[in-house]
Amino acid sequence: MKNILKTATAASILAMTASMASADGKVVVYHWFEYMPQELIEKFEAETGIEVVMDTYDSNEAMLASLKAGGIGTYDVSVPGDYMVEIMTNEGLVDTIADGELANKGNIADDWLNVSYDHGRKHSIPYQWGSTSFMVDTAEYTGNIDTTDILFSPPAELSGKINMLDSQGEVLAMAALHLGIPQCSTDRDQLKALNALLQEAKTHWSSFNSDTSKDVLVSGDAVVGQIYDGFGAKARAERSTLKYAFPTQGYVVWMDNVVLLKDAPNRENALKFMDFLLEPENIAAVSNFARYGSGITGAEQFMDPELATLAEANPPATAGAGAFIQVCDEATQAVYDQIWTNVKK
Amino acid sequence: MFKSSQTHDVRSYLGFKTVTILCLIILYTPLLVVTVYSFNASKSITVWEGFSLRWYADVFVGPESAKFKLAAWNSFVIAIIAATVSTVIATLAATGMIRAGKFKLRPLSFGLISLPIMVPEIVLAVATLIFFNSIGFQRGFATIILAHITFCIPFAYLPISARMQGIENTFEEAALDLYASKKLAFSRILLPLMGPGIISGFLLAFIVSLDDFIITNFVKGAGVETLPTAIFGAVKQGIKPNIMAISTMLLMVSVVMVTISYFISKSDKTN
Amino acid sequence: MAGGTQGSGDAVSHTYENARTWLLMPSWVVLTFLALIPVILMLVYSFLTKEFRGGVIWDFSLAAYDQFFFDRGLFGDDPPTFEWTYITIFWRSIWQAGAATLLSLLIGFPTAYFIATRPAHSRAIWVFLITIPYWVNLLIRTVSMKFLLRDQGPLNDTLMGLGIIDAPLTLVNTNFAVQLGLFYSYLPFMVLPIYAAVERYNFSLSEAAADLYASKFVTLRRVLLPAVKPGVVGGCILVFVPSLGSFLAPDLLGGAKNYMIGSLIEEQFKGNAGNWPFGAAASMILLSMVLIVLIIFARSQAHREKGAK
Repeated sequence: MKNILKTATAASILAMTASMASADGKVVVYHWFEYMPQELIEKFEAETGIEVVMDTYDSNEAMLASLKAGGIGTYDVSVPGDYMVEIMTNEGLVDTIADGELANKGNIADDWLNVSYDHGRKHSIPYQWGSTSFMVDTAEYTGNIDTTDILFSPPAELSGKINMLDSQGEVLAMAALHLGIPQCSTDRDQLKALNALLQEAKTHWSSFNSDTSKDVLVSGDAVVGQIYDGFGAKARAERSTLKYAFPTQGYVVWMDNVVLLKDAPNRENALKFMDFLLEPENIAAVSNFARYGSGITGAEQFMDPELATLAEANPPATAGAGAFIQVCDEATQAVYDQIWTNVKK
Repeated sequence: MFKSSQTHDVRSYLGFKTVTILCLIILYTPLLVVTVYSFNASKSITVWEGFSLRWYADVFVGPESAKFKLAAWNSFVIAIIAATVSTVIATLAATGMIRAGKFKLRPLSFGLISLPIMVPEIVLAVATLIFFNSIGFQRGFATIILAHITFCIPFAYLPISARMQGIENTFEEAALDLYASKKLAFSRILLPLMGPGIISGFLLAFIVSLDDFIITNFVKGAGVETLPTAIFGAVKQGIKPNIMAISTMLLMVSVVMVTISYFISKSDKTN
Repeated sequence: MAGGTQGSGDAVSHTYENARTWLLMPSWVVLTFLALIPVILMLVYSFLTKEFRGGVIWDFSLAAYDQFFFDRGLFGDDPPTFEWTYITIFWRSIWQAGAATLLSLLIGFPTAYFIATRPAHSRAIWVFLITIPYWVNLLIRTVSMKFLLRDQGPLNDTLMGLGIIDAPLTLVNTNFAVQLGLFYSYLPFMVLPIYAAVERYNFSLSEAAADLYASKFVTLRRVLLPAVKPGVVGGCILVFVPSLGSFLAPDLLGGAKNYMIGSLIEEQFKGNAGNWPFGAAASMILLSMVLIVLIIFARSQAHREKGAK
């Protein structure tokens, strides 16, 4: 026992000194786990001599909570989703990137430069983007799947076989598309209709699972499941009868972005890191790993050819428009929070 | 005192053995699933596509292998340290609570000891993070260990105190009558009798620490990853059988350690 | 009888009275700084104004408690009526945690007893056998449990193969699955404290009872159980209280269609709601509830002992 303890103490001291030894020449990245290929991190370290120190989180909101509880000032960059960039900007958690500070800024594709949540890309650069819709097992259901009715007023044979993401933003945005109302509506009748719709729809849903959204579809436990497109492609690889739907009412589009955080301890290195990710070859490596789109001009030539033809990434002509999740003001959000509580109570 | 041959019928209860076996079946069947699917050729954790060692190769030489190995090592080191320290603290506390007379603050003291399990983890996590930040304590290995020691204390304390309440103090009194010092009575009489309680407390603290995600996730800071934070962070990419492979190997390690300790204890007896 | 020579329950001796402060000091220091101060911080937070998207504004407010107890409609401007939503969530959690604790006790007690009556050298192995599964991460264990319980999963296949059932049982996304998941999450926390207590049990007491023609069941209830009560109580606390705040098993096995206390509070800090004062208030209500139950329990114990003397 004593020996084990000694070894353990020695190891932990070693671990502590190891992280202190590299006090300069590092960049602290707050990121999802396994969302960036290790080879790419090593390439960056070899090219610049800057060490990448990673911390990970499991949801956008967890990252926000951690930053607000005092984490800000210890990280250089993080990778929030679209709506979270706007929230973090409103919260004053991000730094502004001055013109000319990013040499490769010109590589950002036009579509992703003037985005609603960061016009002109003053705080963030694109990382990966994709969509959130749902999949249906076409072996079990042969009707038309490109409609949000599948989720919100399903045919009897699908009732009780639907898994939703356990995420307020994704579920409520999809419901708004289904009703054709704004995502941050202040119209009381619309909000009441939304509340009523969800109360009714919930009776048809079997579960809310995000972590196993792919697995419930692959195993056949759910016939319909809300899912991210990249997950969807992986699910289809394992169960070929699964089909990703592009509803005529529209679907949710998301983009993860690298933001420069306020009070970044290694600001210069953070900008180098962002510049590195703006190079088409590097961001393509992320896409090949994570199976999502990149938002950088010229990345296509470095990407797996099959990514370009993925059914999940190529909406048919009939598809409705893709929409980002919108950020509501405090009073409006309070109503939406109440509606969500009503769903889950 | 223990005439086991004669008291056999008094000791055994019909059906208890069956329940124990049932209990082990419930405990181990899910692990069987984990082990089997760690050898799955497919990426899926629900559909079997044939035997393969690819996920073990992934764990050892895959691009993420270094991260997972370090995370597993960190978890292990943290759990050993946290469990040891919290068991020592809990043993002392139990002695103070049960062997040192009644005192006014006793109920309050018990409340304090069980406080970490009475508030949901997320609350303790956020509050601890705010506390660390407000006193300027930099997050890292040390903050994780401190936080783990804290929430391990009640898990170590309850089995230890349950045990201590079952030990009559006549043994220690006898030793004291024979002019043994109190220290000696504690270390030579009480502690050995406490054995099963201390082992139980240590094991509970160990598995609690090894499995903790929420608090660790908030207090760990950059650069330190534990196995649970790695596993939960990786679900963005879906649960892959490489996690099953890691789990299976952890099981193997624990089984090997138990087997070794079994043979050591056996040889101790023969000497 | 219950008090007996066994030194039951709350017997407190005075052997180390002089050293009391030093014995308790380490736990007091650690827990004051890392548990009590954070909890007091949250108590303060529960009376502050919420900051949009997480955090607090340092202005006194009862809004969090108001939200818990009063329903003001979808838009927050209806006349207040009593709010049942959160009470229901609490009640649901208590019920699930209670069922899980009972299940753990029914299976854990015989197991602990069986282990404690094995020959001395093999007991440690049995104890390890109970804890080894917990080297595997809770998420992985729960996912595997879910796999077993699926409609087309191994459990249903086996039961149907044996001809016990005709059609698959729906187990996933039911209350029973949640209870099973909680039971599976916390079983060793029941077994080990009981084991530690029973291992010390003086079986001559059972013999004496048997000599007096007490049936085995009576012996169990009147002699054994009182003697090992600290272990049983400790085990129940360690299963029940963490079960109350748990959310992984309920979410994965229960389908997360209804909040449990754990997921409700989690959502306030890590979810879209970002309402820290409300999360803090709900935790404080939970904390006071648990404390009240423990105090009532302690009181009734003390009362019974007085009566016994």
